[in-house]
Amino acid sequence: MDIQTWTFIIVGLTFALYIGIAIWSRAGSTKEFYVAGGGVSPLANGLATGADWMSAASFLGMAGIIAFAGYDGSVYLMGWTGGYVLLALLLAPYLRKFGKFTVPDFIGDRYYSNVARTVAVVAALFVSFTYVAGQMRGVGVVFSRFLDVEVNTGVYIGMAVVFFYAFLGGMKGITYTQVAQYCVLIFAFMVPAIFISLMVTGNPVPQIGFASTGEDGVYLLDKLDGLMTELGFTAYTDGTKSMTDMLFITAALMMGTAGLPHVIIRFFTVPKVSDARKSAGYALLFIAILYTTAPAIAVFARTNLIETVEDTPYEEIPAWFTKWENTGLIAWTDKNGDGKIQYLPGEAVEGRQPEFVEGRGAQGQRMISNASSSANELYVDRDITVLANPEIAGLPNWIIALVAAGGLAAALSTAAGLLLVISTSISHDLIKKQIAPDISDKKELWVARFSALLAVVVAGYFGIHPPGFVASVTALAFGLAASSFFPAIIMGIFSKRMNREGAITGMVAGLGITCYYIARFKLGWIGNPETSTQEYWWWGISPEGFGTMGMLVNFAVSILVSRFTPAPPEEVQGIVENIRIPSGAGEAIEH
Amino acid sequence: MDSKQREKYWKENLKYLGILLAIWFLVSFGFGILLVDQLNAFKLGGVKLGFWFAQQGSIYVFVILIFVYVRLMNKLDKKYKLDA
Repeated sequence: MDIQTWTFIIVGLTFALYIGIAIWSRAGSTKEFYVAGGGVSPLANGLATGADWMSAASFLGMAGIIAFAGYDGSVYLMGWTGGYVLLALLLAPYLRKFGKFTVPDFIGDRYYSNVARTVAVVAALFVSFTYVAGQMRGVGVVFSRFLDVEVNTGVYIGMAVVFFYAFLGGMKGITYTQVAQYCVLIFAFMVPAIFISLMVTGNPVPQIGFASTGEDGVYLLDKLDGLMTELGFTAYTDGTKSMTDMLFITAALMMGTAGLPHVIIRFFTVPKVSDARKSAGYALLFIAILYTTAPAIAVFARTNLIETVEDTPYEEIPAWFTKWENTGLIAWTDKNGDGKIQYLPGEAVEGRQPEFVEGRGAQGQRMISNASSSANELYVDRDITVLANPEIAGLPNWIIALVAAGGLAAALSTAAGLLLVISTSISHDLIKKQIAPDISDKKELWVARFSALLAVVVAGYFGIHPPGFVASVTALAFGLAASSFFPAIIMGIFSKRMNREGAITGMVAGLGITCYYIARFKLGWIGNPETSTQEYWWWGISPEGFGTMGMLVNFAVSILVSRFTPAPPEEVQGIVENIRIPSGAGEAIEH
Repeated sequence: MDSKQREKYWKENLKYLGILLAIWFLVSFGFGILLVDQLNAFKLGGVKLGFWFAQQGSIYVFVILIFVYVRLMNKLDKKYKLDA
């Protein structure tokens, strides 16, 4: 059977599974809709968190980022796993004990203020929308590459599926579909990785293959370092980022991870405080399987790419090369007219991606209009690393179809988790807590469902018409979470003295300075664009890493302001006393 | 549970947090970034040690840290009879 047929079968089966689970796990009350009734086992919650966390970007992009960034890519590996240690030790158990539905619930109650609650809701909505637009786009892209439909049609199909189980099942439906989606995505990621590791190193475990020798008896990384320095690249295991920037980006990603509402909310679904700790452990374990495999795939892929294409005549290039060239993810310009591919440092094209024009070149290659002046002739999209790997390794068609299903599982599960946060923010934090407090449970459930509908439509709109800045600002989501929620929650738990005034001014200051810095240096919306380049960065910190500075500002301002304003009332100090003690968490409080 | 007991329980929890977070910091920010050049002088199999910590080792340690914390806290909860 060909790839197309296999893809239809496997994607069709997984979708039928997700919908089946959604029907089986319909939500009957707001508690089931918001936190799955608080009855999810730690293992299931760990699996669901893994799927929730690993987006299309993790699944398709992670190995690619590392393959092309080498040591610099480590910030993502450490940043997106280390945050779970903070979650398990500093946040999850206490928020579970607190026992309500959302992050703004905690901020609003702990800081006895609807202003604080509103700041939290706005931040939660902003973070989630930034993130979800990228996911819906990811769904569309995977569909278009594997099923030969328009990107926009892919987005519509994705919207319909996510809406179906988010609308029916809320958190309960999402949790159990995410469990299934984790299994699909990890299987789809590991099978090709194991095959390739076996082929390259003779060892089926990619994590061990990473440290082993290839057929020629040379250690893989030594060989790759050698290949790269010979061509004039920085060695794979050496970085180009400054140490300060590495520290700041890693920290921003860690604190951001720990502050993302769609991750935190998952820990409200387990029965007990000890389960919240345990399920954070399971979640990280399941995430680590993918995150420790990705660097191995990255090394295999980069070595393979250099060995296959560098100085190879275009006529002798393998079939996968021309196939991906036809999709526009690879582009080659014969700059020196020798008919061979030169893969060297520097950007091969001006701007973000190649602009293709009609007609073919002398060797039959596709022509582009924006070739750069550097000697590098080859443009390779990073996403190709995971997508093309099975083909490069010559694996059977069903495995290639499996990768498509895995990519879809990753994108859908993350989108669903985010949509739930958005709908909960609207129906619970805004309508129930602020506008119509005496709304009945049944009515609130319907409001929640319609908020989910609204969220899906808005997310789909962004997926079809992606605002120019979305692609470049995932950093924004992490920076904002790190500079707003993380300090407010930590101090809400660990400091009894932290009060309303301190938390609000801290959140506003942290958010404000981070937004300013990103608008100034990343988006070029403020100030003279000529002075928004790297040499003007404050202390050499990139916009990706500035969330850490925002977080420090938040902590400093909060502590300072709280010292000069009255201590929180007795009953709030009572709340803090209470969340520190794990017993008696019982069920999530109805209210 | 009286307030003295609570205080003691919380202090012990904070002690665990301090130790585990110090290790968390050491393996990632320490071994993976600050000391990476020094550690790269050593090798683990075919991988420079600093690089290995940045791309593999720190993640393994993170997973272990959480499960150690789970065990420590389950014991502590039992000791203070808070595991109900």
